[in-house]
Amino acid sequence: MNAPILLNTSHFDQPWTLENYLKVGGYQALRKVIENKMTADEIIAEVKASGLRGRGGAGFPTGLKWSFMPKNYNGVKYLVCNSDEGEPGTCKDRDILRYNPHSLIEGMAIAAYTMQVQTGYNYVHGEIYEAYERMEDACEEARKAGYLGNNIIGSGFSFDLHNHMGYGAYVCGEETALLESIEGKKGQPRFKPPFPANYGLYGKPTTINNTETFASIPYIIREGGKKFADMGVPNSGGVKLFSISGHVNNPGNFEVPLGTPFKKLLEMAGGVRNGNKLKAVIPGGSSMPVLPGEIMMDLNMDFDSIQKAGSYLGTGAVIVMDETTCMVKALERLSYFYFEESCGQCTPCREGTGWLYRIVHRIEKGEGRPEDLDLLADLCENIAGRTICALGDAAAWPVQGFLKHFRSEFEYHIEHKRCLV
Amino acid sequence: MINIEIDGKQLQVENGRSVIEAAHQAGIYIPHFCYHKKLSIAANCRMCLVQVEKAPKPLPACATPVAEGMKVYTASEQAVKAQKGVMEFLLINHPLDCPICDQGGECELQDLAVGYGGSASRYQEDKRVVLHKDIGPLVSAEEMSRCINCTRCVRFGVEVAGEMELGQAFRGEHAEIMSFVDGAVNSELSGNMIDLCPVGALTSKPFRYKARTWELSRRRAVSPHDSLGSNLAALVMNNRVMRVDPVENEELNECWISDRDRFSYEGLNSEERLTKPMLKQGGKWQEVDWQVALEYVANGLRQIGKEAGAAQIGALVSPGSTLEEMHLVQKLVRGLGSHNVDFRLRQSDFSADGKMQGAPWLGMKVAEVSSADRMLLVGSFLRKDHPLFASRIRQAVKRGAQVNLLHSADDDLLMKLANKAIVPPSELVPMLAQILQAVATSKGTHLHSSVQSLVQGVVVSATAKTIAENLAGGERAIILLGNFAQQHPQAAQLQLLSQHIAALSNARFGFIGEGANSVGGYIANAVPAEGGMNAAAMLASPRKAYLLMNVEPELDAHNGQLALEAMKSAEMVVAMSSYKHKAMDYADVMLPIAPFTETSGSFINAEGRLQGFRGAVKPLGETRPAWKVLRVLGNLLNISGFDYDTSEAVRDEVLGGRDVSASMNNTLQGLVVQPAPVSTGMQRVADVPLYATDSIVRRSAPLQATRDAQTPAVQMRSDDLAKLGIKAGDTVKVTMGQNTVQLTASVNEGLPAGVVRVAAGRAETAGLGAMFGAISVERV
Repeated sequence: MNAPILLNTSHFDQPWTLENYLKVGGYQALRKVIENKMTADEIIAEVKASGLRGRGGAGFPTGLKWSFMPKNYNGVKYLVCNSDEGEPGTCKDRDILRYNPHSLIEGMAIAAYTMQVQTGYNYVHGEIYEAYERMEDACEEARKAGYLGNNIIGSGFSFDLHNHMGYGAYVCGEETALLESIEGKKGQPRFKPPFPANYGLYGKPTTINNTETFASIPYIIREGGKKFADMGVPNSGGVKLFSISGHVNNPGNFEVPLGTPFKKLLEMAGGVRNGNKLKAVIPGGSSMPVLPGEIMMDLNMDFDSIQKAGSYLGTGAVIVMDETTCMVKALERLSYFYFEESCGQCTPCREGTGWLYRIVHRIEKGEGRPEDLDLLADLCENIAGRTICALGDAAAWPVQGFLKHFRSEFEYHIEHKRCLV
Repeated sequence: MINIEIDGKQLQVENGRSVIEAAHQAGIYIPHFCYHKKLSIAANCRMCLVQVEKAPKPLPACATPVAEGMKVYTASEQAVKAQKGVMEFLLINHPLDCPICDQGGECELQDLAVGYGGSASRYQEDKRVVLHKDIGPLVSAEEMSRCINCTRCVRFGVEVAGEMELGQAFRGEHAEIMSFVDGAVNSELSGNMIDLCPVGALTSKPFRYKARTWELSRRRAVSPHDSLGSNLAALVMNNRVMRVDPVENEELNECWISDRDRFSYEGLNSEERLTKPMLKQGGKWQEVDWQVALEYVANGLRQIGKEAGAAQIGALVSPGSTLEEMHLVQKLVRGLGSHNVDFRLRQSDFSADGKMQGAPWLGMKVAEVSSADRMLLVGSFLRKDHPLFASRIRQAVKRGAQVNLLHSADDDLLMKLANKAIVPPSELVPMLAQILQAVATSKGTHLHSSVQSLVQGVVVSATAKTIAENLAGGERAIILLGNFAQQHPQAAQLQLLSQHIAALSNARFGFIGEGANSVGGYIANAVPAEGGMNAAAMLASPRKAYLLMNVEPELDAHNGQLALEAMKSAEMVVAMSSYKHKAMDYADVMLPIAPFTETSGSFINAEGRLQGFRGAVKPLGETRPAWKVLRVLGNLLNISGFDYDTSEAVRDEVLGGRDVSASMNNTLQGLVVQPAPVSTGMQRVADVPLYATDSIVRRSAPLQATRDAQTPAVQMRSDDLAKLGIKAGDTVKVTMGQNTVQLTASVNEGLPAGVVRVAAGRAETAGLGAMFGAISVERV
């Protein structure tokens, strides 16, 4: 196992301090771009070479995203970090904020330097206040040491970073809802186009990346994009933090190269609890379709492999369910989440998420009807892909996944009015 | 232009248009709820999903811009499945209470549900209930469960009315439209939210449960309340106006109307309506036949004319009277040998009479206001005086126009102002003179001798200089004089200065006239000439006989107290009115004449547009259209030329085939500038509140229940109040000359120092006197 990259300070007692970060090569990447006067094209080429894909769930190539920022634009531009990690099962960004805040600051400073942005916002999820405080302290340390603020390490380049505490709405993790929220408005996704690169925060060109994405940047610049890419597999470069939760003996965040077999990841998490049989896994956060355990045991954890099997890598939040899990109950819980978290803007999501939940709830209570399963499937088709943001998809995909692989359990519930397990 | 194909139809569309606009342009209907051509794109209802070639998912037509070679299918299997899916979602929590819903029959959801809804619902769960809200006397939000969260009302508030008074609170299924912390919606344009609401969530409160829409017939009408000339539809059932809606006219009211236009109809059916001619005999009112009443009037007028001279007869006409009514009144009075006729009841400076080259008007088309890039607004409570002019200017500001305001009160116009000069009324002329001087200095030109005396000795302030520079920086600059400027004691000087500023800064200038027929009054010659007396003079030197047309003198005149005294001292007052009003105290004859919905006639609006209309309903009781009353009166008085068959014949006589626009001209020539009296002490600023402008509005119960109609208070800056030892809420004695009234004091920090604001047009303040002048306030 390689030394960790994203959580490279984790062996220290106080992994979050600037002092410790500097001991592991911290801020050398920033020095490198400044001292070598690296051009934006050079930096972006390096990021492209790394094969880094957005770690927020969609997996959009980071280098490409950076190249979308209008170049000869002289007005105000913004850089935003999406630390609004709200997807059930996901807790990786929290650990970066808590244990390696300077990797995020350095990554953002490099991105800001690349895109010539002077102001950045880090939108921190509403329920992790201590991470927000940790970030505030880290930013202050960085400012004092000259890595943030005016004239960063004597370069003449200035960039300051503001941490913005969210208030706990899941939908604010959607990047345009997040922008609305920073602007002080109700967190509701915007219709795209225009995309944030053209019309972002306060209507200005804006680049938004996930916390883990930014935290990967210092290594890529310091060590070269190729080295990062080579750690992973083709089309899934580098390392990634996987949050493993559910019925495992040792849940937590695990940093492994992309392409690592699921089997190995499960071992790292101590295997299924009580020696139980693995039943199902949600491989990328609660909105991704569930996969049966036997399929998962043969899969590698990279974008393409998971997609081929009918799900998505998403945020890399792996939810493990053992044989004692009632899939109807599990889906009921997920559907309730999306029902509660719909912003209410688009009709299919506002009305449909509640309908989905109520049907699943009824089935779970033993009040299901034979026609319910076809109805659920049809409703999912009417929600997914019909809304402004992906929350509609996020509500529909779990239902579709559960019905695809575990339909018989639902049928049993409807017929016998009780649980199979 | 971009080539696209919709449902197989080849189209050429302007770049930047959306698919829904392109489709509608080609006559292809795409179902929608949240989309509205005048509002920003929300794309939230998802009803307009269409299939676009190469797109993996159906796209919302409202938010999808056209692109070269795009192929759109609005009714393909994919599109219809998406549309029907959305419709099903919209209906699951909708109460489907169409049989008891006021929107039934004119409901967009109902209409589209016929095409896209199922005949039975697959939704078997409990429906959501959204609590009703009380958002004021005009808009009913009693059944918010019907709301489909399209947010048209929210966007209207933010984007058109200029203020966010409704918002969508909460999330997901709990989302609901509400006002801030149980506040009311106070916008003067709020009624448009009723039209915009595609379902029965926001409906008209006064109209609630009054009629089904299919029982109503639509009759065209024109607003009598301001000079925009908004096009209206009076919705009629059983010979009664049940509701008023806008009729779209992009060049005037667009698709909006003000609440005043929408809800004033409630005053038409007021209990105060005068429905029979009445004569006062032996101090007692008696209902009489028309014949008796008119003969009495004819005899009276004839007798006074003979004994005291025709000059003892005067006629006061409301600026909301029709062109035909105005023409016949002046013809009658002139036929009697008098020239005392005027419709400019709230004007106080008549020195421009005889110096004007034509009828004062807007100086441009209403639509051209929208394309102005720089504006100077002189003396106007714009938002309340002319709600839709304000909205038009607000849209222009959003597109980059810059507005400068010169006024005596800093009321929030709900738009960004570039510069403002808020000065006491006595400083209005000097400040405008400064602006003129600043323009002249920057242009390096000498000023015309006619304005020399006004500019003499003025020191150009920084504000004046900034405003002058701002105006000069535009390519399409305009100067607009509002009601306050027209009512001002130096109105002619304000006009003269504006004329010269406009000339030097290559701007256009004009008046936003106060009444529906402020231009028409001049065209009908309802103004004194040949030695006749103007409205102020007729009251200052009381006449023996007055003919009142739609006038409540104590509320409609510049000096209500003086007007009332003049009426009381007259030997004979003939009140032609739709209402039994204060004239019952002093008049001798009350003649019931038809309000605008019960007569044919026409108005000439601010831009000089002649708009005719027919009666929407039959006159109430024995009410008669005023033009017919005047026709009979003319004949009884043996004045020739009173044989008209129709109101159109009267109109033809007024216009005589001439072009109205040729008779309009804002240029003053040969005005002799009189130095303004030196003002000391506190000065009055008087607005005419939105719902106190005319007799009909004053009797509309729902309008009178709004915040804008609350009892007027004495408004002053807090430092001025403190100097007098008065606190907000104290009862104070307000005095102008000999007149005193008691009112409550309140703070208005938007006023200049030394100014006391007391509204006019209200019974509570009518006893005070002139709208401008020295005023004092003391503790009781």
